[in-house]
Amino acid sequence: MSRTLMRGNEAIAEAGIRAGCRCYFCYPITPQGELVEYMARELPLREGVFLQAESEVSAINMVYGAAAAGVRTMTSSSSPGISLKMEGISYMAGARLPAVIVNIMRGGPGLGNIAPAQGDYFQATKGGGHGDYRLIVLAPSTVPEAAELIMLAFDLSDRYRVPAMILADGMLGQMMEPVELPAPVDPQSIPARPWALTGAKGRDPNVVLSFDLDPQGLKEMNRELQQTYREIQGTEVRWECVDTEDAEIVLVAYGTMGRIGKTVVRLAREEGIRAGLVRPISLWPFPYEPIRKISAQVPTVLTLELSAGQMWEDVRLAVEQRAQTPFFGELGGVVPTPRQILSEVKRYVSS
Amino acid sequence: MSPVETSIPAGYTKVFGRPNSLSDAPTTYCPGCHHGVATRLVAEVIDELGIQERTVGIAPVGCAVFLYRFYRCDFVQAAHGRACAVATGLKRANPELIVFSYQGDGDLAAIGTAETVHAANRGENITVVFINNQIYGMTGGEMAPTTLAGQHTTTTPRGRDVATTGYPLKISEMLAQLDGPTYITRQSLHDAPHVAKARKALLTGFQNQVEGKGFSLVELVASCPTNFKMSPQKANKWLVEQALPAFPLGDLKVRD
Amino acid sequence: MPKGMTVIDKERCKGCGLCVAACPFGVLAFSEEHNSSGYNVAMAQHPEKCTACMVCAQICPDVAIEVYRLDRAESKGAA
Repeated sequence: MSRTLMRGNEAIAEAGIRAGCRCYFCYPITPQGELVEYMARELPLREGVFLQAESEVSAINMVYGAAAAGVRTMTSSSSPGISLKMEGISYMAGARLPAVIVNIMRGGPGLGNIAPAQGDYFQATKGGGHGDYRLIVLAPSTVPEAAELIMLAFDLSDRYRVPAMILADGMLGQMMEPVELPAPVDPQSIPARPWALTGAKGRDPNVVLSFDLDPQGLKEMNRELQQTYREIQGTEVRWECVDTEDAEIVLVAYGTMGRIGKTVVRLAREEGIRAGLVRPISLWPFPYEPIRKISAQVPTVLTLELSAGQMWEDVRLAVEQRAQTPFFGELGGVVPTPRQILSEVKRYVSS
Repeated sequence: MSPVETSIPAGYTKVFGRPNSLSDAPTTYCPGCHHGVATRLVAEVIDELGIQERTVGIAPVGCAVFLYRFYRCDFVQAAHGRACAVATGLKRANPELIVFSYQGDGDLAAIGTAETVHAANRGENITVVFINNQIYGMTGGEMAPTTLAGQHTTTTPRGRDVATTGYPLKISEMLAQLDGPTYITRQSLHDAPHVAKARKALLTGFQNQVEGKGFSLVELVASCPTNFKMSPQKANKWLVEQALPAFPLGDLKVRD
Repeated sequence: MPKGMTVIDKERCKGCGLCVAACPFGVLAFSEEHNSSGYNVAMAQHPEKCTACMVCAQICPDVAIEVYRLDRAESKGAA
C-alpha cells in the first residue's frame, strides 16, 4: 500500500469515509477546518451525505437522526463546539446510538484560542453532558494513528452501541505526516442494526428513546449501560509502553504530549537517565492497571499534559501513592519543548 | 381498552373508527386536549397514503413525549427543540423514509427556532406538525412564544406584557417568507369543519414528502383546557375569539 | 331504524364533553356512568336522532367514538 503525505484533519476525514461513514454533519470551527472541507469535497463523490448545519447543536442532532436510521455517521468540532454538542451526546449515550465525534482540542475555557491544548479531558472522559454515561475516548498521537483509531472508533461504537470520541488537538490536526491509509471497510462486515428505524415493515415498530419516566425502568436502562461500560473496561483498554522495563522514572502522557514524551525519553536515555513512557491510547477506558503495575516498580510517575492536570487525577487513582506523582503541564495553547520537560525530569531523578 | 360492548345491528356499515396506524394505547393527554385530534389526524393521513411501513415519527419533549406509544410505526424521541435536526439526519441517511416531527410551540418556536428555520430554508423533504396551543402544557402552563398579548400564564401572572416579553411569535408567517419551504399552512382544531380542513392540510403535507416536494409545515391552532383553566368548550370559544384573530388561518405558502 | 349510530368506547372516553356540545342533533349526553379512570362518560341519549354525520367522532380527542351508517338499501326499505 502506498503512503500519502496528509494533514491530520484530512487523514481523519479520509479514514472516516473508509470506515464507512455515510453521513457527516458539521459546523465549521478552527483548528479542524480541513476536516470539514475534506468531507465537503469527498463524501458526496463517495455515496455519502455532507451537510453543514446551522450550529453544533443541530449537527449533533443530525448525527442522532442518521445514527437512528442505522448508518455510520460522524461529526467533528473543536472545544467550544464540542461543549455545544454535549446535549446531543448525552441523548445518544442514553439512546444507545453509535457514532463518532472528533474533538480537535484548542485552548480554553470560553473562546480560548486556536492553539493546541488538552483541557477537554474531563469533558471527554467523565461524561461531559448530563447523566451517568461514558464515551469511548481514543487519543491518537500521530497522523497514521489517527487514521487507525477512527476505524477502531467506528467498530467499537457499533459493537457496544456507545458513542466514541477521538480526542486530538490542533497540533495533530494541522501537522502533515506520511500515512498508510487503512483499506475501506467491507459494508458487509458492519454489524447488523436490528434496532434501527428503517420502517416497521414485517416487524413491530422500533423506538429509539433516551428516557424512561418510570424510575425502575430508568434504573434498569442505566444498569444495562453500566454493564456495557464494565465490559468495555474489561476488554478495550489500550496503551503503549516505551522503555518502561528498567525505568527509574515513568512519564504518562497522551496525544501530542505523548509524542513529545517519546522524544523526552530518548533525550533522557542519551544522558543516562532511565526514563520510560506510558502513553494511554484509550483515555476511557483508562489504562489504570498497566500504570498501577508500573508504579509498583518506579519511584516517580510524572504526568505531562497540555492542561492544568486533568488526566493527572486518573494517574493518581492508578498509582495510589505507590510512587510520587508529580505533574508538568502547560496552559493556554503553549506547547513545551522536549528540553523543557527533560529539565523537569532531572529534578526527580537527581533527588 | 374494553371491547366495544354494543352489538351493531345488521344493515349498518362502519364509517368512522380508529385508524390502523394508531395503536390501542390510550393517549396520555388531558380531557378535551386537541393533541388527541392532531394525533389521530396524522394517523389517518398515514393510512390514507399507505406509508405506515416506511414512516418514522419524531416525538417531542412535552405533552406528546409518549407519541411513540400511540402509533404503529417507527419512532425516535428528540431533545427539546431538535426535532427538525433529527428529522434531517434521518431523512438524509435514508431518503426512502417518510419522516415527520410533531412539535409544540415551545419546542418549535422557542428553543428549536434555529433548527426549524434552517430545515425549512434547506427545503428538507420532511413534514412538520406544529401544535400551537399558546402555552407550555407539560411543565405547568408557562408562557410560550405564541402566548397572546395579555394572556395569563404561570410565568405571566399579570398577563403577557408585550413591552417586556415580546409578541406572539408568528413562526409560520416567518417561514413563509423563505424561498426554501414548499408548504406552510395554519389550521385550527376547534370544530369539526376545521378539523376536516386540518386533515386535508396534513394530507397535503405528507403527500408533498411522498412526492419529494420538500419542506411542509402544518400549524394547528389548538387549546389546552387544563392550563387555560377552562372547560374544553370554553377553551374552544376562547380559541375562536382570542387566538384566531392573532393567528389567522389559511395557507401561507404553497409551492408546486 | 336511525340513519346513524354511535358507539362510544367508555374506557377511552375522558368525559370532556366536546362531543355532547358538538352533536348537531342532540344525540349525545353525559351518562350516569364513570369509567375505571373515574371519568363521567358520554352516551347516546337519543340514538334515534343520529344521522351518522360524524361530527362527534371528528372532534373527539380520544378517538373513543365509532360511527355506523345505515346502508342505502336498508335506508330505502325503512322509508
